[in-house]
Amino acid sequence: MVHEHSGPLPVAALDDPHLQPYAKHPERAQTVIAIAMILGFLGFLGFGITFWISDQTQWQAATLGVGLLGIGFGITAWGKYLMPQGPFVEERHDFQSTEAERDAMSAAVLQRGGMVVERRKFLGGLFALGASAMAVVLAFPLIRSLGPRPGRSLMTTNWKKNSLLVTVDNRPVTVDDLEVGGVLTVFPQGFAGVSNDQTILIRLADLGPSDPPFPLSPPGRTDWTAQGYVAYSKLCTHLGCPVGLYQEQDALLVCPCHQSMFNVLAGAVPEFGPAPRPLPQLPLKVGLDGYLRSQAGYDQPVGPGFWERP
Amino acid sequence: MIDESLRWVDDRLGIAKGGRTFLDKIFPDHWSFMLGEIALYSFVVLLGTGVFLTLYYVPSAHEIVYHGSYLPLRGQKVSEAYASTVGLSFDVRSGLLMRQAHHWAADVFLGAIVVHMARVFFTGAFRKPREFNWIIGVSLLILGIVNGFLGYSLPDDLVSGTGLRIMFSIVESIPLVGSYLAVFLFGGNYPGNGIIIPRLFILHVLIIPAIIVALLAGHLGLLVKQKHTQFKGPGRTEHNVVGSPMFPTFMAKTTGFLFITTAVLFLLGGFAQINPIWQFGQYHPYLISYAVQPDWYMGWLDGALRIMPSWEFVGFGHTWPLEVFLPAVLFPGLTFNLFLAWPFIEAKYTKDLAYHNLLDRPRDRPKRTAFGAAMVTFYFMLFSASSTDVIANFFQVELNIVLWTFRIIVFVLPVVAYVVTYYICNEMRAAEDVGKRKRALVVTLSETGEYVTHVAEPRPGDGHEEVEPVPVPTFIDLTPAELATDPGVRRVMR
Ligand code: HEM
Ligand code: FES
Repeated sequence: MVHEHSGPLPVAALDDPHLQPYAKHPERAQTVIAIAMILGFLGFLGFGITFWISDQTQWQAATLGVGLLGIGFGITAWGKYLMPQGPFVEERHDFQSTEAERDAMSAAVLQRGGMVVERRKFLGGLFALGASAMAVVLAFPLIRSLGPRPGRSLMTTNWKKNSLLVTVDNRPVTVDDLEVGGVLTVFPQGFAGVSNDQTILIRLADLGPSDPPFPLSPPGRTDWTAQGYVAYSKLCTHLGCPVGLYQEQDALLVCPCHQSMFNVLAGAVPEFGPAPRPLPQLPLKVGLDGYLRSQAGYDQPVGPGFWERP
Repeated sequence: MIDESLRWVDDRLGIAKGGRTFLDKIFPDHWSFMLGEIALYSFVVLLGTGVFLTLYYVPSAHEIVYHGSYLPLRGQKVSEAYASTVGLSFDVRSGLLMRQAHHWAADVFLGAIVVHMARVFFTGAFRKPREFNWIIGVSLLILGIVNGFLGYSLPDDLVSGTGLRIMFSIVESIPLVGSYLAVFLFGGNYPGNGIIIPRLFILHVLIIPAIIVALLAGHLGLLVKQKHTQFKGPGRTEHNVVGSPMFPTFMAKTTGFLFITTAVLFLLGGFAQINPIWQFGQYHPYLISYAVQPDWYMGWLDGALRIMPSWEFVGFGHTWPLEVFLPAVLFPGLTFNLFLAWPFIEAKYTKDLAYHNLLDRPRDRPKRTAFGAAMVTFYFMLFSASSTDVIANFFQVELNIVLWTFRIIVFVLPVVAYVVTYYICNEMRAAEDVGKRKRALVVTLSETGEYVTHVAEPRPGDGHEEVEPVPVPTFIDLTPAELATDPGVRRVMR
């Protein structure tokens, strides 16, 4: 840096071109800047008043904005138009050390350290052993204490044989609850609102108890429907968003997150989008009381894939 | 007065010498150097508004009955986190302004970081000796994205909860350890036992901001030590810096800029609604909003997830959710590692181990510029792919066509961008003065039929004459110029 050298230092006279303001008409610039700053002051004043008399977001923002912009513009323009325009220069000086200094440093590390460790290799080894044990062991509380192990929680749901289908406010669902094309989110009784259990119930056809079952493919799945009702896990197999949008005309369940589409007439196989697997299907039946129940729980884990999923 | 107190302080801390050096520090005048300042000042606003928010926000999933002044929610069961954020919006004076300014500041912060990074990339400012600052910069980008996502998840509204659900499943997709990690973090299978909100909170308001502050200190410290880069120009060499001194010129400009940035953020916060969580409602894991849109800086990941084919692999008794792991874990990992390693990759490729203080004009490094353009195109296409559904609806095309279009152009357009940019760079290099618009170019036809460009004669008012840069003067000589020994400048021994 220049002034660190003991050489001559510049003393500049006021008519030095470097010290002239950038503005061609400094007085005009000064007037404009003054107006900006006054506006800024008034803006802040206005904010104080606005805040005092009401909680009106737009007015608060407007007054604060004028205050900040006025001062900000003023001071920027002051710097740009009225301060010495330069250009000024600063020398760079090498900040890296000389070769000799580097050698000295590495010699200090290698020889001083080397000597100490060389003499007591055994102690050095013990220290390394202790320190690595510490690093490994300290990771336990940091990671392992965070929560329980997954156990079976990702594998199972609360759906069992004969679970009563209830809505989120615990109302049991009867065969008359839905029109054809209607959908309803249901849970096993006692677990309303539980994420993993969310199931979407769809009425595909208006069938009575004695009608032939709805012809759902793949084969073998027809008797998983009950009187035209079908139920699938509502957890998208892609990333677990609730598959909440039913397009009746195409019989598609659509996931709003990344547009996976599941064909509800064909075991909810994904027809479009990134979802890799069909939504698991819940086998349904209608009890003698007219309430919908599950024939059994899900035959596989619901939701997105994970390592332990068979 | 200032002499007295300076002496007092300097006796104890010895700051005068370094202080003087600091006040004389030269900042090159170029608009692109303000991009980093926008990022810095947005972060200042984030800190300020964020502290305000912490005074009211309650990081708890505990359910209460809402009694605040937003009528449609009255009597509903909501979490304390959600109730307090709605409260911030309606019942805390200036709360909505602060909340929205905070959110806008987050978006602008990340935008400024990205553009700043592009500036550094295209001008080669990351080259030796500034690799550390490039690495710090990329780390700031990563931490900014992470903290933005964490903050977005705090209000516990329907949209943010959906984001968390997706994050859980992304963690779950990691082979071998994923399900353990996800369940540990959330304290159980999704949505966990409610511990996630306090965890997000402490990361968001303390741990990550503290790391960001430390990295920023390092970033600026290195800037002072290594000094700024500068573009080529009159009087500018590899061994100097030409521009305005820290005090008073740069300080005035930059303070003004802090005010202006803050003004813009608060104006946005007051006039441009962002994240109206009271319309979305409380999050419940079985509900979904149809307008799930993450903040813009998550768009590239969302796009990658959308256009990825559904390649789940089942084998060896395990499920490998590649359709999630590849785009949402491996891909961002590779991206950031490529960014981090870029200075070293380039140095290896160009075998350029020299110090660089003068910046490249992008056109002078056609390959790097073309590669950068390709990268920008690639990530922008992924970002656009995050609105496949919106595009399909808007243009009334089938979603499938939109999807396949993106799958193709995500890879094809970057190649096109590379070729085109490379070509443009070479063209521009061939024509000397293209792009310099200070003085008009006159095109003439020579006798042999060639077109030649000349720089037009300067006209009055064509800007200031270029003056040789001089060191920042210590004293300003108040004696009239006629009396000075040397007209204009006098040299004295000190
Ligand atoms: C890199 C820095 C930061 C980013 C990118 C960021 C981003 C965000 C975002 C996007 C939100 C959601 C706002 C909304 O409700 O619409 C948020 C919320 C919040 N942030 Fe930050 N933030 C940052 C730093 C901070 C700091 C330093 C604090 C406190 C000291 C803080 C405190 C809060 C609080 C309490 C909330 C929840 C209240 C609310 O959602 O309105 N943030 N943040
Ligand atoms: S979560 Fe359903 S498509 Fe991604």
